[in-house]
Amino acid sequence: MHEVSTHPVAHQHTAPTGFIRKYVFSLDHKVIGKQYYGLALVSVFIGMVLSWLLRIHLAYPDYHIPFLSKLSASGAPGGVMTPEYYLSLLTMHGTLMVFFVLTNAPFAAFGNYFLPIQIGAEDMAFPRFNMMSFWTTFAAFVVMMASFFVADGPPISGWTAYAPLSAVGGDAGPGLALGQDLWAISIAIFCIASLLGALNFIATTLDLRARGMSLMRMPYSTWAWFVTSVIALLAFAVLLPACVLLILDRVAGTSFFIPAGLVLSDKLQPHSGGSPLLWQHLFWFFGHPEVYIAILPSIGIIATILPVFTRRPLLGPKALIGSMVAIGFLSYMVWGHHMFVSGMNPFSANIFSIPTLIITIPATIMTLLLTASLYGAKMRFDTPALFCLGFISVFISGGISGFYLAQPSLDTYLHATYFVVAHFHFVMAVASLFGVFAGTYFWFPKMFGRMMSESLGKWHFWLTFLGVYCVFMPMHYLGLVGNVRRYSAFVDDYLAPLIPVHRFITIAALLTGAAQLIFLWNLIWSRFRGPVAPENPWEATSLEWSTTSPPPFDNFGGKHPVVYHGPNEFGVDGPDGSDFLMQTAAPKNS
Amino acid sequence: MGKVFAVLVTLITLVSIAFFVLHTWWLPPNISTTGKAVDHQLEETLIGTGVLFLAGQLMLGCFAWMASDKSKDAQARRFPGGATSIVVTAILVVGIEIFTLTFVGSKAWGAIYLTPAEPGALRIDVQAEQFAFYFRYPGPDGQFGGTHPEKIDDGSGNYFGLDPANDVAARDDIVAGSLVVPVNRPIALTLHSKDVGHSFYVRELRMQVDFVPGLDIPLHFTATQVGKYEIVCTQLCGLGHYNMKAYLEVLSEPDYEQWLKTQAGQ
Amino acid sequence: MGVDVQDDIAVGQRLGGSGLPPVTKDTRLPNVALSERPERSETGVWIGIFAIVMTFAALTSAMIVREGVALDWQRFQLPKILYLDTLILFFSSWTFETALAKMKEGENHFSESMAWLCITLALGGSFVIGQGIAWRVLAGQGLFLATNPSSSFFYVFTAAHALHLVGGILGLGYLIYKLKRTGSAARTTGIRATSLYWHFMDGLWFYLFVILLVRM
Repeated sequence: MHEVSTHPVAHQHTAPTGFIRKYVFSLDHKVIGKQYYGLALVSVFIGMVLSWLLRIHLAYPDYHIPFLSKLSASGAPGGVMTPEYYLSLLTMHGTLMVFFVLTNAPFAAFGNYFLPIQIGAEDMAFPRFNMMSFWTTFAAFVVMMASFFVADGPPISGWTAYAPLSAVGGDAGPGLALGQDLWAISIAIFCIASLLGALNFIATTLDLRARGMSLMRMPYSTWAWFVTSVIALLAFAVLLPACVLLILDRVAGTSFFIPAGLVLSDKLQPHSGGSPLLWQHLFWFFGHPEVYIAILPSIGIIATILPVFTRRPLLGPKALIGSMVAIGFLSYMVWGHHMFVSGMNPFSANIFSIPTLIITIPATIMTLLLTASLYGAKMRFDTPALFCLGFISVFISGGISGFYLAQPSLDTYLHATYFVVAHFHFVMAVASLFGVFAGTYFWFPKMFGRMMSESLGKWHFWLTFLGVYCVFMPMHYLGLVGNVRRYSAFVDDYLAPLIPVHRFITIAALLTGAAQLIFLWNLIWSRFRGPVAPENPWEATSLEWSTTSPPPFDNFGGKHPVVYHGPNEFGVDGPDGSDFLMQTAAPKNS
Repeated sequence: MGKVFAVLVTLITLVSIAFFVLHTWWLPPNISTTGKAVDHQLEETLIGTGVLFLAGQLMLGCFAWMASDKSKDAQARRFPGGATSIVVTAILVVGIEIFTLTFVGSKAWGAIYLTPAEPGALRIDVQAEQFAFYFRYPGPDGQFGGTHPEKIDDGSGNYFGLDPANDVAARDDIVAGSLVVPVNRPIALTLHSKDVGHSFYVRELRMQVDFVPGLDIPLHFTATQVGKYEIVCTQLCGLGHYNMKAYLEVLSEPDYEQWLKTQAGQ
Repeated sequence: MGVDVQDDIAVGQRLGGSGLPPVTKDTRLPNVALSERPERSETGVWIGIFAIVMTFAALTSAMIVREGVALDWQRFQLPKILYLDTLILFFSSWTFETALAKMKEGENHFSESMAWLCITLALGGSFVIGQGIAWRVLAGQGLFLATNPSSSFFYVFTAAHALHLVGGILGLGYLIYKLKRTGSAARTTGIRATSLYWHFMDGLWFYLFVILLVRM
């Protein structure tokens, strides 16, 4: 590090001193990352409690939950929820989890905190945009939460908000008046926030890399955040106008998504000629890439963490990065597989099926590369490593069921059954959250300067790993029987015998959820009582480990890191008898 | 720790697969002429993906077991063939799987949705609304009366908005709450919605198609087994979604004629 | 492949360490001169352009689908003022470029270029006012947002574009303010970014104007 870097100075601001500037309206990407993490944490616990309520209602329809009647006297009279309140909570569970958890935690939270540090920058390219991006997301969250407290409660149209149910207003049912307005406005705000965030991530990666940090020397997590931000930029740029059109249909009387001649609540609706399928196309053009917005950052996080614990370089870095880019590209060609039975031209189902199946190739390559990287390793089984292993397992399980749903001929039986619920929870929700867990255990020392409790972490892992399989694997069987999703009760003749399976799932879900309290306790306890973390506790190579824990305001204490290696230098002849080379380690011959 | 993980992941995998193999929870028997191809396709996919699932999870468990073995000396063992072999294997194995599935599957799909109904098929008009299905038969004249959304009145039983006063074709239309069809005769349905999106799902037919407001969506099938089957809605349509259902009654030809007569007499 | 593995081990043993050779073969540093790096704001604008293009592409395809799906699409005459607006916006791109050319000529042309920038700003403002007049003209003919899908899309397109242009006007206003404060083009950032965005708004309007002419 003899050379003086000519790296442009990112920080045009100095460390603030006031509380508001430091912790609330902060421009520091590290604070913003933590804010995103906090928001995701609040959202995930609300979402989880909602899923508990939904599961209890499905398995024990008569069970009284007193606190529910306090939340909504009309939605849950006497503590037993009505069918419409079930759908309201279902919508909120999906919306919170997809937008405020799976988009925010692996991408916005960790990306904000670590992307600039991993490329050796002092901050994001546009710190003000970054602050706006978080607070806009927060505004979206507040608007979304407000729907709990309006008359009729949150919308009942699901997180996909299919028109015309979502577009015609209160005539279609409870929650579809003001609740649905708030939903659409919240999502539109969320789109703006995500666009600002994605723009920032891309500009930062392109412009602010430290000297020597070529694209191929970037850690896999940085690559994943970069690819994800490109996907997000294009996806949210489509959902935003879609939401605006939906809002116009709702409040201004236009007919983008509402056809003529609809009769709701015995009233002929004053609309003409709109297309409900148009909403589905626009929504899924966003919605499918959104799946990769949720999962790619976690794949990147796992690929970054795994070699640290196997102490061996990850196999095929180029193939891994190539697969990420391929998935990003293909993700825009497959949205129609959500619409096989939607009444769109059945011929296009065959067309959409092919890229959907092809996308499993890069996914398989990534999974195999991660698995094969374990081969011949002497692994350190710390909690982040366990979550890496768990990630691979659930990602395989979730990916496999994609083969079924990618085929129109099978989707025609399995569509809208619990098979789909099992599929996307495994591959998108659980896999992505395992990435977040791995990332949390791995980076917590860097973020807070203290280690997390290993024994609590391991308990958390084993219970969660077993738990998610007990919750989601049986849903495949339910799907095979034809158990329809989004039903608030099972009154059909063939569904009644399945209620014992639902009881099993509910109990498993309650216990798995309870295991997350261990995680929450670990976070809180370790934040204040955990052992103080050294600079590089895991002996990792990437740049965030070459600065103090937690990093100073400008990340590297006035120094400009110079990068000589890729992030993959494990099992090599390192300095002082170590087996790794930091990315900043100067080569011996220079 | 790696060994515990290996054992756990193996156990989970075997138990998961066992329920698939044992058919503990399974599809009801198929009753349509096109459903056989779907079942066949499902079987192929189950075998193909079952092997991939088993191989993937066991490989993970196996490597995790090996990685926890600390007794061996430091060795620079690399995965045989390295990344190239993985990329090639993935492309080949998954590629062949995709190719086979697409080739077979597109035929199964095409038989249901890409071939038109036979010319002599019995035409039935299906309307979905919050939260019921109604079925309309053309009656003796073989003509459906025109529908007028403004005339829809569920109170007086005019679910379709018919205008028998001015429309001769509408006078003999038969409207029923169940889909009653004769066995082994091609049936051609036209699906349309009165209000929001719904879906027509009969497990035994292996069929699911959405009702899209503003569109008339064709669907045809031939039922091969006499019996009573549930038609359920699978597209979220509002608070009564869970309770929106009707029955598909497949009758023998004489029974069907008898039913038709009773309906026309009403 | 087997040979490769053997080689790896051999190299590892030669190094005498825990085994593997370094993965990064090339540890050289690239020679990047600072001046070659694009201005950060310019990168930002380019990325923003991608997003905006995507948004308008989505709206365009929505319009094509919506027009084809039902028979209720009614054509109408575009207000004449839109032609004038188009000319105004084209002209504003030219005045912006003139301002930049003056800046390049040297610091003594600074006040001249500032004048051109202010003219550009005024032209941008008059474009937005012109769009407002166009809306009034349509409203006078009884064509409102919900009257017909064609008028719906007209209002959505023009409003979305005007909103983006207002962003450009605010950006240009801020740039003029910065230039005034520093008194020097060389010491002010974001000039190229602002002009890029401005020309993009011009191009986007031209695209919209053409499809509105064809479809309305």
